[in-house]
Formats: sequence, C-alpha cells, structure tokens
Amino acid sequence: PSPAGEPGHVGRPGLPWEGTVEHGFPSQPSALAYDPVLRVMAIGTKAGAVKLYGAPGVELTGLHKETATVTQLHFLPGQGWLLSLLDDNTLHLWEVCQKEGCSHLEETRSFGLPGRPGCSPGITRVTVVLPMAAGAMVCLGTEGGAVYFVTLPTLTLLEDKTLFPDEILLSVPDDYRCGKALGPVESVQEHPRNGSQLLIGYSRGLVVLWEQSTRTVQHLFLGNQQLESLAWEQSGKSIVSSHSDGGYMVWAVSGTGQKTQQPTMSTIPYGPFPCKAISKILWRTCESGNPFIIFSGGMPRASYGDRHCVSVLQGQTLATLDFTSRVIDFFTVQSPSPPSPGFENPRALVVLVEEELVAIDLQTPGWPTIPAPYLAPLHSSAITCSCHVSNVPLKLWERIVSASSLPPSALHPSLQAWPIDGGKNLAQEPTQRGLLLTGHEDGTVRFWDASGVSLKPLYKLGTANIFQTDCEHNDSLNQAGEEEWPPFRKVGCFDPYSDDPRLGVQKIALCKYTAKMVVAGTAGQVLVMELSDEKSEHAVSVATVDLLQDREGFTWKGHDRLAPRNGPLHFPPGFQPSVLVQCVPPAAVTAVTLHSEWNLVAFGTSHGFGLFDYYRRNPVLARCTLHPNDSLAMEGPLSRVKSLKKSLRQSFRRIRKSRVRDRPVSPPQVQEANAQLAEQAGPPEVEMTPVQRRIEPRSADDSLSGVVRCLYFADTFLRDAAHHGPTMWAGTNSGSVFAYALEVPSQEKFSERAVEAVLGKEIQLMHRAPVVAIAVLDGRGNPLPEPYEVSRDLAKAPDMQGSHSMLISSEEQFKVFTLPKVSAKTKFKLTAHEGCRVRKVALVSLASAGSEERLENCLACLTNLGDIHIFTVPSLRPQVHYSCIRKEDISGIASCVFTKHGQGFYLISPSEFERFSLSARNVTEPLCRLEVARLQDTSCLRWAVWGVWGALLWWNPSRTRLGPRGSSSSEVCEGLVVPGACRGGWEQGECLS
Amino acid sequence: MIGYADVHGDLLPINNDDNFFKAVSSAHPLLRVFIQRQDEVDYSNFGTNTLSRKKKALVTLRNDNLRRRPHINISMPHDFRPVSSIIDVDILPETHRRVRLYRHGCEKPLGFYIRDGTSVRVTPHGLEKVPGIFISRMVPGGLAESTGLLAVNDEVLEVNGIEVAGKTLDQVTDMMIANSHNLIITVKPANQRNNIIRSSRMSGSSGQSTDSTASHHSLPTSHVLQNFHPDEMESDEEADIVIEGGLEPQHIPKLHNLTSSSLSRINGSSLSHRLQRDLVLNNNSGRESNGNIHKLLSSLKTDPRHSLVIPRGGIEEDGTVITL
Repeated sequence: PSPAGEPGHVGRPGLPWEGTVEHGFPSQPSALAYDPVLRVMAIGTKAGAVKLYGAPGVELTGLHKETATVTQLHFLPGQGWLLSLLDDNTLHLWEVCQKEGCSHLEETRSFGLPGRPGCSPGITRVTVVLPMAAGAMVCLGTEGGAVYFVTLPTLTLLEDKTLFPDEILLSVPDDYRCGKALGPVESVQEHPRNGSQLLIGYSRGLVVLWEQSTRTVQHLFLGNQQLESLAWEQSGKSIVSSHSDGGYMVWAVSGTGQKTQQPTMSTIPYGPFPCKAISKILWRTCESGNPFIIFSGGMPRASYGDRHCVSVLQGQTLATLDFTSRVIDFFTVQSPSPPSPGFENPRALVVLVEEELVAIDLQTPGWPTIPAPYLAPLHSSAITCSCHVSNVPLKLWERIVSASSLPPSALHPSLQAWPIDGGKNLAQEPTQRGLLLTGHEDGTVRFWDASGVSLKPLYKLGTANIFQTDCEHNDSLNQAGEEEWPPFRKVGCFDPYSDDPRLGVQKIALCKYTAKMVVAGTAGQVLVMELSDEKSEHAVSVATVDLLQDREGFTWKGHDRLAPRNGPLHFPPGFQPSVLVQCVPPAAVTAVTLHSEWNLVAFGTSHGFGLFDYYRRNPVLARCTLHPNDSLAMEGPLSRVKSLKKSLRQSFRRIRKSRVRDRPVSPPQVQEANAQLAEQAGPPEVEMTPVQRRIEPRSADDSLSGVVRCLYFADTFLRDAAHHGPTMWAGTNSGSVFAYALEVPSQEKFSERAVEAVLGKEIQLMHRAPVVAIAVLDGRGNPLPEPYEVSRDLAKAPDMQGSHSMLISSEEQFKVFTLPKVSAKTKFKLTAHEGCRVRKVALVSLASAGSEERLENCLACLTNLGDIHIFTVPSLRPQVHYSCIRKEDISGIASCVFTKHGQGFYLISPSEFERFSLSARNVTEPLCRLEVARLQDTSCLRWAVWGVWGALLWWNPSRTRLGPRGSSSSEVCEGLVVPGACRGGWEQGECLS
Repeated sequence: MIGYADVHGDLLPINNDDNFFKAVSSAHPLLRVFIQRQDEVDYSNFGTNTLSRKKKALVTLRNDNLRRRPHINISMPHDFRPVSSIIDVDILPETHRRVRLYRHGCEKPLGFYIRDGTSVRVTPHGLEKVPGIFISRMVPGGLAESTGLLAVNDEVLEVNGIEVAGKTLDQVTDMMIANSHNLIITVKPANQRNNIIRSSRMSGSSGQSTDSTASHHSLPTSHVLQNFHPDEMESDEEADIVIEGGLEPQHIPKLHNLTSSSLSRINGSSLSHRLQRDLVLNNNSGRESNGNIHKLLSSLKTDPRHSLVIPRGGIEEDGTVITL
C-alpha cells in the first residue's frame, strides 16, 4: 500500500503553521544593540520583532505581543538579557533560555512607568534606557527630565531613587537656570571606571555627573547648545557631547563639586554653514594612534542635508560614509581581548541603516567594508522572480563561488572575518547544496547559498551591460574628485532605482549539470548563458522571433524592445551570454524552460511561444496563442517606459513597499477593548464592504487568454504507445495545451541537422482555467527526471515501458491524463470544493521522517488564499493542508517558490524570505546556543513555573541589592536546571503563558 | 399527439411505454383516447382536472395565470430541457431551499451577482450577527432570473453541498463558477412567504397527490433528479477537447465521436473555439435526448409540490427582482 495513505506521513501536521527561518534583511528595522560579551547583536523592527544574530547560523527571534515599534534595545552584557523599549512606552525584558540544549528568546516581563498625578502623560515617556554594568538595575531617562531606577530582572520601580530635575536645579547657578526647565533627558552614560557615577545630559545642554550613593552632583557642565548625545572617553577623564547645530564638544572631567563653563574643544566638523544635528557620537581609544571619533549626521544642511552619513575621524583621517538609507544606529566591535588595558582598539564599525547592515573594517587602512554572512539585502533591487535549484553538484558550486571571488570593482572588500561571532551553531551541516536565484528589476540575477540557516550571497550576474539603456550609468561616484569635501564614500549596495524597467528579470532556468542558464526579461529578451571560468570578450548573437505570426489587426502599444549593444563586449568570469533571442512584440516573458541535452530553449509571452535551438542558433518554432477577441494583450504594461522618471518610480515603489509591510497597528487600548469583546459572547461587528461578484462562467474571449503560463519538455509518448520521443508542451491562460513532437538529432549530428517540431495535440480544458503547470509521470507514477540526471547516475531511469501519464494543473483543477490517448484518469477539483485558486504548484518528493529511502512524490500547491495543500501523485488524494500566508499578502503568495524536497520560500517583506518546510525530515531551522552567565539565578524555568503569584513572592528588593556583584561570582544557569524538571517546567510554563 | 382520459377525468398524454401501459391498465371500462395534430395541441389542457373542470383553488391560480397571457404554442416535451429544480425538499428545513440550475453549453449566462453581508443567526449565545453571502442582483433574462427560484437578498448557504460559512466572496464566486455546469445552491430565501408548509401539504391537495401518484410519478423529487444523469452532466463538463495534430490523421481519438464537420478542421492551424462549443453541444443533445423526455415529464406540474412552489414563487418574486 502506498505510504501516502497514512495520515500524517507527509508534512508536519498537527502543528500550527510556521516558517522555519527568515532569510534576508528584516523589514523596517528600528533599533540596534550589541552585546560585547556574548558577541551578538540584536535588531528590533517596527513590527515589534526582535532578532539576535551572532556567528553565522546563530539566530534567535522573538516577537512582542504588542504590534509596536521597538525604539530601543539594550543588552545586559553577557547575561542573556535584553531590554526593549516600545513606542507605547513599555519596557520589556527578553531572556535567552535554554530548551533541549538550544537557545531561545523569550519575553519574561514588561513594565510601564506609572504616570505622575497631575502631569501630562508625556512627561513619563522614556527617552533613555541604560542598564547599569552591575546588572541589577536599569536607569530610565524621561521626557520630563526625571531619571528613574528600575530593578532587574523583576522590573520594579525604586521610587526612592528617582532623580527629579528639581534636585539637579538646586546645584545649578541661577544665571544658567533662567527659570527654564532642563528639558528631556537626552543621554545617560555610566562612568567607565566608577559604576556609581552617572553622566546625565539634558536637552537644553546641561550635563551633570551624578554620584548615586551620596545623591550629589559631582560635576556640572554648563553647555549652551541643545544636546543630542554624550559619550565617555574610556579613561573617564573626558567626555564628548554632540549637539543639534552639527557640532561636538570635548569636556574635561576632574575633581568634585566643580562647574565647567567651557569645553576644552568645540568644533562643527562640516561647518561653517548651518549643519544638521549630530545624533550620536562615540569616542574609541586606540592603541596604535589617535582615538576614533565616530558620529552620525552633522552634514551641511543646504548642500548635503539629505545624505545619510556616518563620519569616522581618526586624527587627520576623515571618512564620510554615505549610506543608501537612513541611519538607525551604529556600534563598534572591540577586539576580543584588548592587548593592553586603557585602549578599546575598535576592530569594526557596524552601522544599521533602514535597508541594510554594513560593517566597516577599522583595522585595515582605507576602512573597507566586511561582507556580511547574513542579513543579505535581498531587495537591493526589487525582486521580480525567484527560482530554487536543489542538490547542486559540487563542481558547479565551486565554479560559481570562484566566479564571484574576483570582484569586478577596484575596491576590495575586507578580508577580515565577520566580527560578530558569538554563540555556537548546533545545526547539522546541510546535507546538500541548495541554490536560490533571485531575478531583480535592474536586470541582475543573484545567486544565494540557501543550504543552511543563513542565506549567503554567492554571485551576482548583471544583464544590463548587453543592452543600450536610456541612461548610461556613470560610475564616477567611486572615483570622486580629490578636492570634494566632505570626503564622501558610498557604502552599501541598496539601490532600488532601476534605470530601465525593461531590464527586469521575469524568468530564470538553470541546468545544474551543464551550467547553462536562461534569463528572460520584461522586454521579451531571452538570454542563453554559459558559465565560463575565464573572462571573455565576444559578441552576443542576436535573433528575433515573431510570435504574432502575421496575425492581423494587432498593434503593440507597449515598450520597445531593448536595443542590444553591437560588437564584442567584455564579460568577467561567470555566466556569459552566448545568444540573445528577442520576442516580437517585446512583451514580458511569462514562461521559460531549458533542455540542455537537446540544446533547446522554449519561451512564452502573452502572445505566443517560441522554441529556439541555441546550438545552431536558429528558431525552430513560433506559435501565436492570441484569441481573435483578445485586444488587451496588445496594450502592453501601462506604458510607463518613457514617461516616468526616476523620482516617480521611486515614489511608486515606496507605496508598493508600504503596502506590503503595513501591518495594522492598533493602540493597546483598542486591543484591550477587543480582547474584552472577544471574552463576551458574540463576535465584534464585522464591517462589510458592498462588493459584488458576477457569477458567470469564463468565456473564451476573456482578456489575456493567450498568455503562455507554462512550458515543459519531456521524453514521452505523444504519437503512439510504442515510440517515445522528445516533446514540448505549452499551456495558456485560457486552458489550452499545445503538445509538439520534436525531431532532435543525435548529439553528433547537432551541427548537421536542424531540430523540427510538429504539432501533436491540442487540448482544450473545458473549464478554461489557466494552465499553471504540466508534468509527465512515468509508468511508475514518478515525474520524469531532469536532462542529464540519469546519464550522470543521479536519478533512476524512468520507466519507459509502462504507460506514461500527464499531470495538468490548472488554476482550478488537477487532472491526470493517459498518454498518448489523452483520456482523463483522475482529477481533483480544488475550486469546486474550496473556492480557492492555484497560484503555485510543484512536484516535491518528501522523505519519511523514519527513513530517507522512503520517498513519496507529492503535488504541493499554494492557493490564492495562502493555503498550502499537498496531494498524492498520481492519485490526487488530498493529504494535508496548512494555512501559510495571509491571503491579503499578494506579493508573498506570488513570490513563493518550492524546492524539490518539500521546503519553500516566500517573501514576507520586500527584503525577507520566510523559509518553510512541508517535509518532516528536511527542515532547515536555526539551532544554536548562547552560553549565558547570569549574575542571578533566575532562569526562565522558574518564571514559568511560578507564574504571576510567584513573581510577587520573588520580588525582594533587598536581595537584589545585596546580590553578588561582578562576574567572578556568576553562575552558569543551565547548571542549575535538572533536565527532567526542565521539561516539566516548560510544559507548565506553556500552559500559563 | 395522443392523450387519454384517466379515471379522474384528467387529460394525460401518451408518449412513452410507461404512460401507455398506465393508460391501458387503468382503463375502466373504456379508454378514452384523444388524438390531435401536434400543431394544434393545447398543452394547457393536459394535467389534473382539466377534463372534469372542477376548479380547485390551486389549479385556478395556475390556469388563470396562463389564460391571462396570449396563447402560446409550445412544442413537445422532448424539446424541453430542465432549467432548474428544487431538490431535497424532504431533508431541508422549511426555511431553506436547494436549487439546481442546469446550464447547457456556454450560451446562456447564469446571470446573477452575489455580495457580502451580515445575517442574524440563532446560536447558544442568543442572536448573533455573522457574515454571509447574498444574492445581490439578477441579470434580466438570465438563467437565474428565469427560474424564479432565486431572488435578490436570498442568503446563499451552500454551494454544491459545501457550506459557504467562513469563505470569502471570491472563494464563493470561484466555487460557483467552477460548478457552473451543474450548480446546486442552497439559499435561505429573503421572501419566506412562499415556503412549503409541510403539515398542510397532504390535507390541502390530497386528491391530486393520489392522482399524480397513480399516473406516473411516485418517486420523490430528489430521486427523480438523481435518475437524471447527473453523471452525464459531470462528464460533459470534463470533456476536454483533444484535437490530434497532423501527424497521423488516421488516429482518430475514440474518446469523442467527432463529427465529420469537425474532422475537417482538425488539420487547421488553430482551434476554433466556436466550433468546439458547437461540437460539444451536439454531443450533449444527442446523448441526452433519451433522458430528456423522462426529465421533462417529471417537471410537468403533476407533482403537487411543484405546482405549489414554482409558479407562485416565480410570479411573486418577479416583482421584487426588478426593484434593484
């Protein structure tokens, strides 16, 4: 009996659907933090997510219950605790817990500052969070100017310690005070040598060194410029303050009870014209020379006010790092063990900007960037298509890697290792190499290593240089004039502005055995490429294929075709184009397929499909699929080609992006009210939009019925049951399938004889739904292998004795037909039962969790509702079904790609792929461990067991205060956890939460 | 056209073996046979009580209605095909109605629109407002309107046996379209005044019901409909058209009996959609012709439930439909 019959054999049923790991760059990051002890960083997002990253493969994720922006993140170094501040003014404590040997991130408690009676709630808005190095307390600066102290990890307010601005004002001279308030707290910094002294900076410019134990003002710095940020020099002898006028000042710290009127140094680095504020400044001492001063902002308002810059200044050396998007935060990474005390020796500068993360190597002259092993900016140009190749042969893998190791640009990336390397990756080495290809709007194809948890960039292929585009790019930005000031340096690769939308990549096909690739684009261009290890200079041969086939009455109103460049072109090592086929009319390519053994490429547009022999470089076939009534097909995409300039496109893209990632954000009050409503009987009022839908069966003259949706090559029985041979299949939007028998000469005769194609069959599905996929199954019901797969011993030879069958998947039904007779064998009418329509479909082979030998071929399909259904093949019995993507997330559904072994990817934001697994065996998820050493023995186990009332008992401020200080007395928390108790504790914990 | 008068004095047709047998067996003592030219047959004379002219309330309603209109000559039953029927009356609550729409070929549109809305349900918690799907509009002259069984603001509860609760408007739309060849929708009519009151069914029309049982229809409605080649309709829907290419024209597919006219097009370069459609229709009508008589007889208003529901509902709801 088929194992498919067993329920629960495939997939991971019973579990609520969730992805296994997110690849790419988190959408809309809003906060950054770094733990120098654990050597991990945390990124918070506007959607309330918190992500921890360490060494490649070490990733922890958490999501706040509230959908609110994470405005600040702060680690308690080494303790595995992370404080997050949300824009609803609540503070949350996250904890790294160990569960079954792996680390997880859990939210344990939250805290909100109580409002002060008689005051506006705004004054208790937290502006500054500073966990004290001792680890038992966190200090909160507020809008009202007060500084509060909260114990850790209980998050209890120590009311008697609160420092109100009135107390400070007592020590401030009258002439400085002028009756004005000090303004919000802008910065609080702990003295690097003396933990009881706090440097507190107020918005108006006053900076105070406060001794906590005696509650006295140690030192007053009477600044007159609006303050933005403060930083200590490591020795504690001086401080640096940055201001809203774009300047920074260095102040000397000495003695007690002093008032300093003037800074020792004050400068506006990008003056003298008005400058923007310096929002953050760091001072890092360096053994080998001058200290580093690193600050963000401060650009001349009029000329460069729109730039997003971080400046690095060391002695006379200044680099103005010009980023691609708004700077969110930055930090420096120190060398793991400082060679001599008193110096910080920053090793790298890590900058988080809105669209990417950039690391700068501060130890190599020229401060090159360090390529990141994760957080790849997938969206550096908008993703237009994606494609996954499983089980990539090692040889091809190495060739792709070596092609990318020779960067074409003059500016080499740093060879330094990635500085953020905390934690241990426990995931098994991936058993096979998986390649994810993404096609982009600017005509590039990026190759990503998708074998493991972190998606690493492997290679980038550009296709734009083959064509003459409207705006020839001048790469002058890198070799800017010597005299230019400020000394801008472009960093980062986010560049969403495509010069010509026609360059956009629509479809990709790659043969992993012959390293041949087909890239097809928006203007009907089909490029056949070959991997070469040597650079080359050659001319690309160009062919055009007329898909209209003399149909009359059609005029193409869309964009022009791309004009290819003439003459020999230079190509770096990597994939180099050999043939360019251009469709006429130049509509976007909607389907492409490659058969490297037959040297054939098939491509389709909204007008028809063509077959091209790239060995002899001549077209074999062109067929028009247009219906006579189909007029829309000729309109082309709203002809935005010429009229729209960069800026307009940019704004459209912004709108699109915001549509994708806008999650409904509701204030907590609304959520609360909703929760209450839900508890009461009856669902809340559902608002209905007066939409109506017409119930009309599809007619043949629907618009765009001629769009070719899928193309397929197979060696099967088309003419009679006795002889099999090469065939090509094409399916259209109106439910038509065309089957061609191909005469392919043997390998030796390729150059002598031409390939011929003869129409074998035309099938019209009565329900007329678009044909999404076609596949041929062999006599045993297995899908036919890929070209060369059998000859290279990588797949079993298909059964060519038994009768083949053909699986046609339309948007509404799956049907299996016998071949060559084409009579229906089995069918499943998805739409008739569920009312959903097929968006993506793939044949996947799922291995049983028990044994890898037990493989099962299944049909996985993603519907327009974001559900994934799995069916057996060829019996088409429904197996499991998950709801996977929100049905409103149209771009997520459109971006989904399945792998051959039951995993898949879809975009959850323009910059992030969610990876999921349908297979019980083949799961890629982060398994990692962070060794944390807590000052107090408060593993999350205990919190979970004690629950709410337990927390009351736990709270004991005196104990917190008397608790051991310093890392010498710390205990490793997992040593305290009895394994059995741990498991029991967790179960209970889950019940409670 | 041959008719006979049965024991109750009803004029009934003889057009198949069954009713011929019935006529002979029920002859008592003589069989009165009426022979008319087909062109002159007045079909309104067939049916219950037509000969005895005893005017009962129900019949009057219907006959009056027919008389009001100018006399229409309609053809033989086998030229009819069913357009719609009410099914499963015995298993559904009285407030619901299950309607089957028969769509033949692609010509006639189903002709209605649906929309989102809220309906009030009785639940253990009391009355609750829940989202629902409603008929929002009828296309004048469309199939749905012509049946008179569906009306604007009827709530759609099921489509081909699948509940629509929890499904989106688009899902329901797609379900209806995917089942459009044989659409069965269960509605809660907005107008509940035309409902069948089951308790009064037997008493109100006891005389007729025995008559009709005696004549030829003893099967409950749903059963009759089951007989009615639903499978055949399915297979019609599934009949994808395969046209062999010009390789070996002697391999004519056995799957479909392509007529000679269509064969001549096989070698043509492109599919002619219209041709295929005609082809399918020809096939259908050929295959169905046998069943048609049977089907039609069942929908001849001998069943009291039919005579109660169809015309009355049709007339009344005709009025409301136009309002949108």
